[in-house]
Amino acid sequence: MATKVFEWPRYLKKAVFHYCPGCGHSIIHRLVAEVIDELGIGERCIGVPPAGCAVLAYNYFDVDMGEAPHGRGAAVATGIKRVLPDRIVFTYQGDGDIAAIGTAETIHAANRGENVTVIFVNNGVYGMTGGQMAPTTLIGQNSTTTPGGRDIRRDGAPLNLSEMLGIANGSAYIERTAVSSPKTIRHTKKALTKAFKVQMAGLGFSLVEILSPCPTNWKLSPVDAVKWVDESMTRYFPLKVIKDLAPDLK
Amino acid sequence: MRGSHVIGEAAVRAGCRFYAGYPITPQNELTEYMAGAMARLEDGTFIQAESELAAVNMVIGAAMAGARAMTSSSSPGVSLKQEGISYLAAQELPAVIVNTMRGGPGLGNIAPSQGDYFQATRGGGHGDYRTIVLAPASGQELADITRKAFDYADTYRTPVMILGDGMIGQMMEPVVFPEPLDLKKLPPKPWILDGAKGRPSRIIRSLLLDVSVEEDQNWKLVRKYEQITREIPAAEKYLTDDARLVVVAYGTAARIAKGAIKRMRDIGLKVGLLRPITLWPFPNRILVEMSRWVRHFLVYEMSTGQMVEDVRLGLEGRSQVHFYGRPGGVVSTPEELSKVINTLYHRQNLQEE
Amino acid sequence: MAKKEKTGRITIDRELCKGCQLCISVCPKHLIVVSDRLNQKGYYPAEFTENETTEDRQCTACAMCATICPDLAIEVYRE
Repeated sequence: MATKVFEWPRYLKKAVFHYCPGCGHSIIHRLVAEVIDELGIGERCIGVPPAGCAVLAYNYFDVDMGEAPHGRGAAVATGIKRVLPDRIVFTYQGDGDIAAIGTAETIHAANRGENVTVIFVNNGVYGMTGGQMAPTTLIGQNSTTTPGGRDIRRDGAPLNLSEMLGIANGSAYIERTAVSSPKTIRHTKKALTKAFKVQMAGLGFSLVEILSPCPTNWKLSPVDAVKWVDESMTRYFPLKVIKDLAPDLK
Repeated sequence: MRGSHVIGEAAVRAGCRFYAGYPITPQNELTEYMAGAMARLEDGTFIQAESELAAVNMVIGAAMAGARAMTSSSSPGVSLKQEGISYLAAQELPAVIVNTMRGGPGLGNIAPSQGDYFQATRGGGHGDYRTIVLAPASGQELADITRKAFDYADTYRTPVMILGDGMIGQMMEPVVFPEPLDLKKLPPKPWILDGAKGRPSRIIRSLLLDVSVEEDQNWKLVRKYEQITREIPAAEKYLTDDARLVVVAYGTAARIAKGAIKRMRDIGLKVGLLRPITLWPFPNRILVEMSRWVRHFLVYEMSTGQMVEDVRLGLEGRSQVHFYGRPGGVVSTPEELSKVINTLYHRQNLQEE
Repeated sequence: MAKKEKTGRITIDRELCKGCQLCISVCPKHLIVVSDRLNQKGYYPAEFTENETTEDRQCTACAMCATICPDLAIEVYRE
């Protein structure tokens, strides 16, 4: 008698993802939905989607969701969580949302120790708007606003926001993972689980930065895109635990 | 009680349980009052946000979660909130925004002015929306209007702005407050995001990619604004029944105008005051009705002329509209305005009628 | 040759699959190939080859394919 080892998560609506073939968002959505289900928090969850490819995340996550202006997710999440402290509030944001336009809101939510969970999808490019440079675009990486490659003198270097957040007093758990292989995907799920548990324990601000492939805007095949994540992105954005106030919490 | 404190106390009694703000002169007394007031409440939240921009976004979140939420600032800080106000209107969220106007544009100064009328009533944020704008002119009115602001916000699911200036904020006047609202008696909000327990999950959003859907939503908002326009316009009429010249002014400018008008009446000039209390919806009906016997209106603003456009628009040529204004934080004296009224009155031969 | 017992199998929903080939790149037994028939969306989806020829080319239900599949197109069954 065969046992099904893998099935559609309860907290993912039965909708077909509009994301590109090989897009990391699809994988991450699935992981987040599985974690919400396994932790039994679906009825308490309120999510804040970004502006970006995942702007329609509420078409997929079967939890209450409230749209925020671009970059303001951490501030909107702060408002929700302060009014309803026993609910589980998370944001799902890209590199522009968190590390460009929303940098101030993200840093200050972390500094105040807002008890929310930020899911930071880092694919090193602005996907929805057609592939412009992101704060996390690598030096030399092509984008539509860095033809010829990102130039450190003109554009500055990529921003390690997670390391900056690790310094913030109110950060309780900051980890960087990837969705580039079954191994890193399984680890990302563990990190997301821990991030939500940190919130449930009221320990402070939790964030998981997930290096994610964007085959379309990187102009790579999906298989080559995950290789790029593993071989190039991790050299500048190493996969590691940046801060953990609860090392025994799994 | 000081004007800015009146707003704070009235807000608390109106059920405000979330405040986010950023310091800016001349409204810091309100932010500081809310810090104390929210801390004294078991279910109150005060956040000194990192910017006015962050503050309005926290209010968005608080409103989504069902709280009566407020933020406040002064002119340049209110500029930062415009994106948030557009979203509040688009997502049909209730919230109260207090603007204590100061001299501008740009960094300007900290003196009282009325230079943000356009910003308040014409959007300021992007898109086809309106904000209810209430303009108090006394301490008591601050208390009454603040209560109304929260009620309108919830009733119509729309942002409401209280437009004051530094003078109103600093005024000390006696005030009678209404009894504090029992939050449990407020009507439930069946649209908030509080976790999908025992019900389908909800979405609050304003992204509508299909243009016909977005168009429908825009017309739906228009119908709401039309309802508001039918139900809440308000204005004070002072000595207008036999007036040949009516001054139109709001807020502090109206207080000065009253002083000038008293002086004019003392020497026999038939001058009155129309004081809009709702700047949006503008009290057009009262204005148009008054134009049946009032041939001349003098709009007096502490600006280079913003509300005067609404007066002209509302009258549609029925009467003559004149303007007198002092921008930059200059506050006229009643004497100064009296001279202006007197000159205009005689130039138009109104003493002959 | 004696018939070996299968330990696992997968099904791939042809219409959900977007042909990204990530599953193909991770299957340790090389049991997934690109189909030569287009699906409705215009992708060449991945296809599970049911017929193993040697003992070490046998699905073990490791689920690496389903773990990496972005579109939840793969169901995994352990026998």
